[in-house]
Amino acid sequence: MVLEFLRFLRASGGAMMRGSRNYYLWLLFLVAWIALGVLAYLHQLNVGLVATNMVDQVPWGAYIANFTYLVGMAAAAVMLVIPAYVYDDHALHEVVVLGELMAVAVLVMCLSFVMVDIGRPDRFWHFVRFNWPASMLSWDVIVLNGYLLLNFYITTYLLFSKFRGKKPDRKKYVPFVFLAIGWAVSIHTVTAFLYSGMGARPHWNAAILAPRFLASAFAAGPSMVIIALTVIRDRMGFPVKDKAIDRLRQIVAVTMMINLFFFFSEIFTELYSFKEHAASMRYLLFGLKGHHLLVPYIWAAVTLDVFAAIVFVTPRLHKNHNVLLVGCAAAIVGVWVEKGMGLVIPGFVPSPLGEVVEYAPSFTEFCVSAAIWALGALLYTLLLKAAVPIELGKLRLNPEPAE
Amino acid sequence: MARSDPPTPSVPTPGERVEKLVETRLEESGSRRTFLKLAGLAAATTAVSGCGTSAPTSEEFFRQHYKKLTPEDKERIFRLIEDETLARTGVATHISDPPPIDGVEFAYALNLSVCNGSRRCVEACARENNLPDDPEMRYIRVLEIDAGTLDLDESTPNYGTDKVPAKDKFYLPVQCHQCDHPPCVRACPVGATWKEPDGIVVVDYSWCIGCRFCVVACPYFARRFNWQAPTVAPERINPNQGYLSNRPRFKGVVEKCTFCLHRTRKGRMPACLEACPTGARKFGNLNDPNSEIRHIISTKRVYVLKEELATLPRFYYFFS
Repeated sequence: MVLEFLRFLRASGGAMMRGSRNYYLWLLFLVAWIALGVLAYLHQLNVGLVATNMVDQVPWGAYIANFTYLVGMAAAAVMLVIPAYVYDDHALHEVVVLGELMAVAVLVMCLSFVMVDIGRPDRFWHFVRFNWPASMLSWDVIVLNGYLLLNFYITTYLLFSKFRGKKPDRKKYVPFVFLAIGWAVSIHTVTAFLYSGMGARPHWNAAILAPRFLASAFAAGPSMVIIALTVIRDRMGFPVKDKAIDRLRQIVAVTMMINLFFFFSEIFTELYSFKEHAASMRYLLFGLKGHHLLVPYIWAAVTLDVFAAIVFVTPRLHKNHNVLLVGCAAAIVGVWVEKGMGLVIPGFVPSPLGEVVEYAPSFTEFCVSAAIWALGALLYTLLLKAAVPIELGKLRLNPEPAE
Repeated sequence: MARSDPPTPSVPTPGERVEKLVETRLEESGSRRTFLKLAGLAAATTAVSGCGTSAPTSEEFFRQHYKKLTPEDKERIFRLIEDETLARTGVATHISDPPPIDGVEFAYALNLSVCNGSRRCVEACARENNLPDDPEMRYIRVLEIDAGTLDLDESTPNYGTDKVPAKDKFYLPVQCHQCDHPPCVRACPVGATWKEPDGIVVVDYSWCIGCRFCVVACPYFARRFNWQAPTVAPERINPNQGYLSNRPRFKGVVEKCTFCLHRTRKGRMPACLEACPTGARKFGNLNDPNSEIRHIISTKRVYVLKEELATLPRFYYFFS
């Protein structure tokens, strides 16, 4: 068994290293980004977080914004898992592992964004003195690592079984699949609670935040999966059924509508009551005291969200796969802006003492963030490169004689 | 503690005796003069002394949480830090760790009717607590507000002090409110910040991981992060240091006002209070029925900032 597992790892590693010229160019492209990010991070380690554009008034920036967005992306794997396991959707069941592998790669990105954000990464071991259950951040560390382990275990078990040519034992993974469904909801809920639990920050201190987080995650996540499945089908020869993609399309059509509705409810409540605490929302949407850095971004995001929603509900548009892909990209970028910087930064503007300090990421932050995205893409590419042939039965412990 | 008359006690408290001793020792060893001479040199070259600029030593890396340190550990660590400061800056410092005093709970009150916005408290605090000047880090933020409103969103911390108080303005200094229900303490994922029995919220600078969740959680903008290695010109270093207050800090950790616990736990007044030219600042032991602070809180019309958040600040404002 152990020996077989070692052979599984070796065969997977081998598959990751073989590919076309374009495959190598893609890897090279990602590695180059990562190398640039490593240099930028070393610079940040050396001089301190002054290398970022964060200040005491805006103590969190692009890193935590990306982190927040990606937690949702990781949670969105359940949008494949629930139809596949709860409703026995066969088309989605065939690709569910590919979705879970995306969750693994995205979680590594999440944890990387946290690591680059903390001032003293050398003190990470101080988590031995956990402030649990009081600190929401300690909950987040638990649920994120737990979700990573769960997904890592489920995908490894399923792929390893396939590799050995054995049917996976339902008892050994189905309970974990159902645990992971609840767990996925928990990771994004806890991340929302980081924000909504803050009395000091009225912009976040709203009950709608966790539901909105889930809705937007379940819009952007499956959109990303649709794009990934398209690439997997067209470039890696995995027969993804149209039914699977259409099911995901249906999901996003609903979740994007809900997301927009939640966002609208929030805007209405803040602005109509005209309370002092709506200053952050006014800053985000219209600008405050002559500061309006985020205004074009948030309106662009809302436009993209609305455009995506229209594409996802209009048959004439989404029947054309290319238009559907554009809709997916719009949903991904729209939610990224609206829930990333569009949520995090207004929480700090105005500051608790009424100061308006604007923030835009520095070059270092840009390089480090891009590198972490490249790292995620690299990881997902490599995982797929091994998983797809295993799923197709081309990579086996004991290869069957050629047909 | 908590006398009603100005802080000029006739009998020196143990704390003051210790401080005197340290100062005498410094004068004797000549280190104070030496460092003054050195300072000019240093200022001409690198100008300032940092801490935490290099990678942590293995002692720093493995150093335990403050609450796990034995008295022997503390003794050893304090001497290490003193030696390190001496080697780095030429300044002989003394690190102590005065414990909270039984039965004492500190509180602060600030008279908005007389505060004139001079920012003397801000500078005295910076000197006392070894706060860096470049870039400037300050624990106290004085807001200038138009008469007729208490809306912080309409205030500004950026005003000139050459002509204060300005007409139709009033001034609202804000620093850590040492909340009885501190949201920052709950936020910390590793327990690096906590409320002491005398009500002061402290940070273990050697335990903080620099996630800044506490900075986000504070409704009073009281916490400061070391975005870079903090530097204090040697001639400006205050040698009287507390492990949980004004000792050397590091790049990448959070710090804040501690009501000058290295002074106040030894019976002295906070530096901001002593520097105040108008007597707007009052400090003392809430549990002492005869203290001035108790008198103010029970007889004046006091209020706290953002009372609706139920953070229960120990920092009161009043009008006289």
